[in-house]
Amino acid sequence: MFSKTLRISSSPHINKGVGVDVIMRNVVYALLPVAAFAVYAFGINALLVILTSLIACVLTEHLLNKFSNRPSTIADGSAVITGLLLGLTLPPIFPLWMTFIGGVLAIALGKFVFGGLGYNAFNPALVGRAILQAAFPVAITTWHPAFLADRFTRVSESVLTFPFAKPVVDGISGATPLSAFKFDQVTTESADLALGLVSGSIGETSSVLIALGGLYLIARKMMNWRIPVAILGSVYVLSGILYWINPEIYPSPEFMLFSGGLMLGAVFMATDMVGSPITSLGVVIYGIFIGLLVVVIRIWGGLPEGVMYAILLGNALSPHIDRLIRPRVYGT
Amino acid sequence: MIALLQSLRIRGGIHVNEHKQATAGLPIDDSFPLPKRLYIPLQQHVGKPAEPVVRVGDTVFKGQLLAHSQGLISAPVHAPSSGTVADIAEYPAPHPSALPIRTVFLDTDGTDTVQSGESATDPFTLEPEEISLRVASAGVVGLGGATFPSAVKLNLGRQNKIHTLLINGGECEPYLTCDDRLMQENAAEIVDGIRIMLHGMETGRAMVGIEDNKPEALKAMRTAANFHPNIEICKIPTRYPMGWDRQLIRYLTGREVPAGGRATDVGVLMHNVATAYAIHQAIRYGRPLIDRVVTVAGGAVANPKNVRVPIGTLISEVLVFCGADKTRTGRWVMGGPMMGEALPFADVPVVKATSGVLALTGSEVKQGEEQPCIRCARCISVCPAGLLPVDMANRIRNNRLEAAVDIGLKDCISCGSCSYVCPSNIPLVHYFKFAAGELAARQQAKHKSEQTSKLIDERNKRMERIEKQKAEELAQARAAKEQSEKADTTI
Repeated sequence: MFSKTLRISSSPHINKGVGVDVIMRNVVYALLPVAAFAVYAFGINALLVILTSLIACVLTEHLLNKFSNRPSTIADGSAVITGLLLGLTLPPIFPLWMTFIGGVLAIALGKFVFGGLGYNAFNPALVGRAILQAAFPVAITTWHPAFLADRFTRVSESVLTFPFAKPVVDGISGATPLSAFKFDQVTTESADLALGLVSGSIGETSSVLIALGGLYLIARKMMNWRIPVAILGSVYVLSGILYWINPEIYPSPEFMLFSGGLMLGAVFMATDMVGSPITSLGVVIYGIFIGLLVVVIRIWGGLPEGVMYAILLGNALSPHIDRLIRPRVYGT
Repeated sequence: MIALLQSLRIRGGIHVNEHKQATAGLPIDDSFPLPKRLYIPLQQHVGKPAEPVVRVGDTVFKGQLLAHSQGLISAPVHAPSSGTVADIAEYPAPHPSALPIRTVFLDTDGTDTVQSGESATDPFTLEPEEISLRVASAGVVGLGGATFPSAVKLNLGRQNKIHTLLINGGECEPYLTCDDRLMQENAAEIVDGIRIMLHGMETGRAMVGIEDNKPEALKAMRTAANFHPNIEICKIPTRYPMGWDRQLIRYLTGREVPAGGRATDVGVLMHNVATAYAIHQAIRYGRPLIDRVVTVAGGAVANPKNVRVPIGTLISEVLVFCGADKTRTGRWVMGGPMMGEALPFADVPVVKATSGVLALTGSEVKQGEEQPCIRCARCISVCPAGLLPVDMANRIRNNRLEAAVDIGLKDCISCGSCSYVCPSNIPLVHYFKFAAGELAARQQAKHKSEQTSKLIDERNKRMERIEKQKAEELAQARAAKEQSEKADTTI
């Protein structure tokens, strides 16, 4: 009498059909133009760094699952995103062996030790980058000019550094707009910044493409728009106030918005669902916190760039925000 | 502008693929052949089950009382057709458990004989209390799915002096169109039923909320309510779960029912359009609730449509009538796909609550393994009650049920919006239902153990008293004996 093919479960009996893998896949789609432009700007070196980071992340995820007798989770696409993001935050001539270590540690220490997808307290790509920054402070701040004529033909010696050897820095290296401002008080044109015609990390140069990727995800309801809006808004307002007080020593708000890793961080990293709060008000607080930290670190800190630490600190804060901020229950 | 302000009153909710187009345009099919046997459960409503007044072997007329209501919250059950009572026994209920409940088996004679000619009365000459009594005796219950006895609600409305009667024509569940069709075809009768309810509750005003995906029903209802300025037909946005009474109350009146309170606390009460129709039938013609319109739909149904069927018809027969293909069916659902119940088998009866019967194909049914939560917070943004489904589920998973109650488990209405959007296929509603059931069971166990210890205490006290009494009696007897002995010796 009872049918064997019929499964009984609680209502609802239908679902939207947008799974974790669909969301992750769309994030990858949104990142691809950014990565493509980066390769166009920095050439074959950038391509190698991105690919190495990708391979390291996906391979680590696969092997860790295998060794701990868990089903492989590479199909959910989250390791691909971590790989892409990590690659995009590195300098274009970053040695590949260091990149590889960064990818391995991003997945192993940023994600797996916490329990895998959904349990990582911090953005894994940023954990990987933070480790690299601590371990290889020189290599990670060795920049390279964009749009060199031989960028598609010449592989930098630095990129091919033998594992565990010190990288050889090429004759040409370029300062990023942020370091130029911080250490030499030179400002860069905002239009060049927005379009990405400057030096910097692989993927943090083209604000326009990053914003387009973000808009795509927002339109598909796969990103909480409040996070980038709160971060960028608070950076703009705070640096605007400082600029108004004294434009001689403080950079313009436009420069703050479009320089460095702010766009990439605000759009693709701070919006990592696992590490951000769950309520609408909570994410706004989180975003403002990150934005203020970015300005504070950039202007008064010792480093030219502070997006990475600001987001990691935001990640650390978000469980506390969730504990404090709760939506109003109907009828109360 | 007003519409914009009103739309701000909607919280959460989802846009679901409606699947209504297959049946919304087809007239209600009245040609369903009378089944040979009907299975009429004695509990088709919230409250106590009805108590049979017929015996096995009795011949009954169509509409004759089979079982009367018991207690304050209950509803009677009537014969959907004429015939012989074959048995009164346990039969599987239309519920995922398919647990047997007391059911009247009625062998129909095919004549549909009614006891006496239907009597028409003018409801507006009746006392308001009389309306409630007649609605109660006709066995009318809330047909929106809650099956709360309608007469009890009418009394509540009268006693609490509500200012507005709200009528739910939202029908926000996908696939279902039975209310839509009823409004299109029987708008005048529904409006009449609303007027009768207003009279019965001594309320001046009614508002009917109809989702804007039912333009024909809106038109028909507006035409029917044209000469009754106290009945306002309101277009409401299509957004599940718009038919949740509290969502509709907030949208139409701008006020929220307090948590843990009743709709009457904000001066309103809500009935369903199909209930209004049933009340019209009961009061105007004395017809008890013995049949209903059922939407038969789903990917495995060849001819989806709305069918009027007698209560007690087997769902399997209704499915066959509409050409459902059993081999393609992945799940049978009674009700809508968002809140309806999955059925383990289809040989269970249509009851008063059966708004729809769905035969969903495997690809229509939600599937996929449960994955870890990525804290995307979709469940929070769609929750119409303002809850944190992800946190509640986590607490339940860790067996911290009281902690789940602290963050609003009791305010969950099981609308299923959270499960619907969850990208990780987490069965959130399942957790909530489990926790609610577990809490109820614990409460019961606690109550029972308290009762037991109370009884033991009482017994101990009683035994003590008896011992004491015995000892006293013994002492008295001894004293008496000693005295008599003394007396003996003194003599």
